[in-house]
Amino acid sequence: MTQFTPRHSDGAEVLAALAKAAQERILVLDGAMGTMIQRYKFSEADFRGERFKHWNHDLKGNNDLLILTRPDVVEAIHLEYFEAGSDMVETNTFSSTSIAQADYGMEELAYELNYEGARLAKNAARTAEAKDGRRRFVAGAFGPTNRTASISPDVNNPGFRAITFDQLREAYAEEARGLIDGGADIMLVETIFDTLNAKAALVAIEEVFEQRKVRLPIMISGTITDLSGRTLSGQTPEAFWYSVMHASPFSIGLNCALGAKEMRAHIAAISKVADTLVCAYPNAGLPNEFGLYDESPEAMAAMVGEFATSGLVNVVGGCCGSTPDHIAAIARAVKGVKPRAIPDIETKLRLSGLEAFEFAA
Amino acid sequence: MTTPAIASFINIGERTNVTGSAKFRKLITNGDYSAALDVAREQVENGAQVLDVNMDEGLLDSEKAMVTFLNLMAAEPDIARVPVMVDSSKWEVIEAGLKCVQGKAIVNSISMKEGEEKFIEQARKVRRYGAAVVVMAFDEVGQADTFARKTEICARAYRILTEQVGFPPEDIIFDPNVFAVATGIEEHNNYGVDFIQATEWIRRNLPHAHVSGGVSNLSFAFRGNEPVRAAMHSVFLYHAIKVGMDMGIVNAGALPVYDQIDPELRDLCEDVILNRRPDATERMVDNAARFKGDGAAAQQDSRKDMSWREKAVGERLTHSLVHGITEFIEQDTEEARQQSARPLHVIEGPLMDGMNHVGDLFGSGKMFLPQVVKSARVMKQAVAYLQPFLEQEKRDMGLTEKPANGKILMATVKGDVHDIGKNIVGVVLQCNNYEVIDLGVMVPAQRILDEAKKHNVDMIGLSGLITPSLDEMVHVAGEMERQGFDVPLLIGGATTSRVHTAVKIHPNYNQGQTVYVLDASRAVGVASALLSSEQKPAYVADIKAEYAKIAEAHLRGEQNKQRLPLADARANGLKLDWKDYQPPKPSFIGTRVFEDFDLADLVSAIDWTPFFQTWELKGRYPAILDDEKYGEAARTLFKDAQVMLQRIVGEKWLTAKAVVGFWPANAVGDDVALYGDEGRTQEVARLHTLRQQIARREGRERAHIALSDYVAPNGTRADWVGGFVVTAGIGEEALAKRFEAEKDDYSSILSKALADRLAEAFAERMHQIVRKQLWGYAPDEAYSNEELILEQYRGIRPAPGYPAQPDHTEKDTLFRLLDAERAIGVKLTESRAMWPGSSVSGLYFSHPDSEYFGVGRVERDQVEDYASRKGWTVEEAERWLAPVLNYDPALMKTMSVAAE
Repeated sequence: MTQFTPRHSDGAEVLAALAKAAQERILVLDGAMGTMIQRYKFSEADFRGERFKHWNHDLKGNNDLLILTRPDVVEAIHLEYFEAGSDMVETNTFSSTSIAQADYGMEELAYELNYEGARLAKNAARTAEAKDGRRRFVAGAFGPTNRTASISPDVNNPGFRAITFDQLREAYAEEARGLIDGGADIMLVETIFDTLNAKAALVAIEEVFEQRKVRLPIMISGTITDLSGRTLSGQTPEAFWYSVMHASPFSIGLNCALGAKEMRAHIAAISKVADTLVCAYPNAGLPNEFGLYDESPEAMAAMVGEFATSGLVNVVGGCCGSTPDHIAAIARAVKGVKPRAIPDIETKLRLSGLEAFEFAA
Repeated sequence: MTTPAIASFINIGERTNVTGSAKFRKLITNGDYSAALDVAREQVENGAQVLDVNMDEGLLDSEKAMVTFLNLMAAEPDIARVPVMVDSSKWEVIEAGLKCVQGKAIVNSISMKEGEEKFIEQARKVRRYGAAVVVMAFDEVGQADTFARKTEICARAYRILTEQVGFPPEDIIFDPNVFAVATGIEEHNNYGVDFIQATEWIRRNLPHAHVSGGVSNLSFAFRGNEPVRAAMHSVFLYHAIKVGMDMGIVNAGALPVYDQIDPELRDLCEDVILNRRPDATERMVDNAARFKGDGAAAQQDSRKDMSWREKAVGERLTHSLVHGITEFIEQDTEEARQQSARPLHVIEGPLMDGMNHVGDLFGSGKMFLPQVVKSARVMKQAVAYLQPFLEQEKRDMGLTEKPANGKILMATVKGDVHDIGKNIVGVVLQCNNYEVIDLGVMVPAQRILDEAKKHNVDMIGLSGLITPSLDEMVHVAGEMERQGFDVPLLIGGATTSRVHTAVKIHPNYNQGQTVYVLDASRAVGVASALLSSEQKPAYVADIKAEYAKIAEAHLRGEQNKQRLPLADARANGLKLDWKDYQPPKPSFIGTRVFEDFDLADLVSAIDWTPFFQTWELKGRYPAILDDEKYGEAARTLFKDAQVMLQRIVGEKWLTAKAVVGFWPANAVGDDVALYGDEGRTQEVARLHTLRQQIARREGRERAHIALSDYVAPNGTRADWVGGFVVTAGIGEEALAKRFEAEKDDYSSILSKALADRLAEAFAERMHQIVRKQLWGYAPDEAYSNEELILEQYRGIRPAPGYPAQPDHTEKDTLFRLLDAERAIGVKLTESRAMWPGSSVSGLYFSHPDSEYFGVGRVERDQVEDYASRKGWTVEEAERWLAPVLNYDPALMKTMSVAAE
């Protein structure tokens, strides 16, 4: 396999290449990493590997750790997605912040996880490019962490916060440094439950860009958690967009929590107001009574394909429950479909609380 | 009075600002955050679009207070709904605040006070946190005071922000400093002019940037004289908004309308603000004291003459009641209480004397409804003030009920939502010392009767506006009979009539008397006659005789009303020429939603004449304002309406939404088939219409029209039909409730009446948009508002349930096609009234010959035909078409049974 020597990606070049591709077609992201890892039925010993044999926490379920203990598997999954038709894959770093890793006592490993995670994905990208000559990208994934900056975990003390903006910002900055140094092409802030967490990540990313003297395209993806049509922290899709539009992202969109069917109205709402590309990667349906996602590749591709033919999206992919088969079907469904045209949005002062506010003047 | 600029003016409330509100400061310094949250909540409920939060107080840890309050606010969805303005003179406090808000906030403020470098650094951070920013016109030299300095600093800041920082210009809000004028210092004289001119310059030269200001600074020299201060603010805003000021920290509700400020005071204000004469300040200072005293919104005559305050307390109470002045009522009530042996005596004595006086004036036509409702507001506040004393006395002395003239239960019947008229009657009765138990709207018959029993009422009043309510009233009357009631039953509301009451309701209730009440001014007379043991027998006998006569005449009329057989009416239908006429095609097929229509755009389209009718002031607008009899009352009412309208628009108390749709359509007999596609393969709905059957006299032969005649018949040409539902009532209920909670029936009724007017204006405006753009068959139409009210345009918008199609259930089809409940939140009740009440719906027909008409009464042959087309039984059809039947179904049944 190709071994990629990490170096900083050339942001301007990446952006130009992405923008050009996005003008011509709908781009395809990858599917779920967790679903694929589950297929390997790894034991506690597999997760630990040699290096963490004697670690004093249970490590089974720390999927991100497989970057260090089973890099072969992680890279192989990335490659499967590239071969299924993905233009870009996400690094396996959803929980690779010191905050999320604290559950396993692995705060110290955050930088290494991100660095290696980016490197593995880059390796897979190079392998795929060598095979068919098509350009591939790596999106460094920033998950939401397991704490919320604008919601109190204690119902009796609504003013309490389990984490502050600055603590999040520091953890995200470390993640950004690892991903950038490891060679990621794109910064993808995803599965946003609480927009304040995402804003901390965006501030951190900007700060690290300044330190590292690089500027990579940013993708932002929120999560509508249930059929209320709001994020966990209570924002409408439009309010969410107004809260993060200052980061001038390459794309804005939604992922996770809902299947394509339930996501449609919300992605349509964003598509209407966003003067940038729109990205959607729903789950493979809603979980069944066993908590499993069982929407077939064809069924999911038909719905995601409809997003495309209706002119709602520029980037598509899958989240929980989706597999390379789903991505292959989705890639086929959007092939040749004209990408969404970025609408002309009137210049106006736009603000938001939980709801969007547009100044009439 | 409302310019588009006002609608696009953001009022930023200052009540969650410790520097602007003493009450809020006290709550925060005492750590009473839960009460502080209530202040925030109240502001949002009252329509605040942005919440300003400021914790700059010397004794506070401002940063901590800011963080605590914002975190608590985030946990309250009804508060966190709106964006926050993080307001502090300390950067650390601002930054700490920005770290607590997930939404896009406004920072207030940054400036170049400490140099460019700091300014750039702060602006970069604001941008990075994703907020908009207020920039004060302040630089290294100091705060800008002149036009030259203000514009120079703003231009420089704009350049730096847009070119160096990459700040979007639309996210920049300049505050060019409002300074006090009329201070006696000559250099200050031009401050108002400097601000206004700088505003104009900024809006012209710095594209997309906004202008804001803290208006209260302006009148600093007149502290303690609120009327003058408010007038100055209003005049200042009028001029600044005109040139582009679009945001401000203002207590807008307290401001008088520019047009209605006393012209003398307005001139004085304009002289100082616009620096029009060298002695402006002197003249203002000399005259200011004359305008002190009661608030600007109180009545003009009493402002000029305060001598009534010198009179005895009883006379003062009467004066306040007659003139509707609330300002002194508590003070005077307290004085009267101290002079009385018992608090009850205040009500029975001076207050009732005053209200009797009001009643006399009303009865003799010297006072009018709006004034009486204002009097009631004063009375209610006086009674509310006495309430704790009355309770105390009850406890001390055992029960003593307040003796009322009688107890009346009132309700709008099941399926109906309209209650303006009922509320007015309720207030008038209360003014006359009747106890009113108001059950509200959509009240089922059984609940009316249960509550009537429970409260042992002396009388029941029913109200309704739409035709199905007539049947419901008959039902209530029948139930009263069945359940053994004998109290009088009063009937009122727009759709009711003396004839309907006499023929349909009265015969169903023999144990008690049913009485039709034409309007609120008759209510007291009717009630007192029915409750007086001396008057009642003669009065009831008169009514019975009158109703018998009406019923008899009605029956005679019925027999004379010849109808044409349906087949003949159809043969004489309107035969339009479809050969040489090409129906216009709408710009889209399917539906379109208007989420948040600009209310300011509707204000100019209001038809005011019905507004005055609601208040029983009879005459056409604008002539009524100068009417000899009603003029004074009409002017005051109109002024109050304008003030409230400005707040409704400016503070978004109401939201207007609409959904409009068009479908390919062709007539099929008397029905219209609607299709989902231009190929007309899939029929999505069928509209049913009714045809005129009136037998016209010889020589007056006109077509017997049905709405379907206006649509190209199947097999001729492609045609289209449209439909709409508009509402201006989102927020209406909460608003009325709030006023009711404040014991302010006047404002409650006023707000509903205005919401109704806005909804009607919206329907008119939307029809115009349809004609000019959405359907687009009259792109160049240019009618004035008066011409629009006279309906001189092409095409009609008839509503189901009204004369051209009297069947309310056709709304079901319309609402389904438009998905109106989901799209804009308007629902149908079981009687097909729309909820919220301030909503209008209808169909659109485009044919140049289409005009409004009344179907009139229909014969049984058409009812049977219609029932089969609708998939109804004949009984169902007779129930829904009851108001337009040309026969009595019960009678028909008896006759057919007899024939067998």
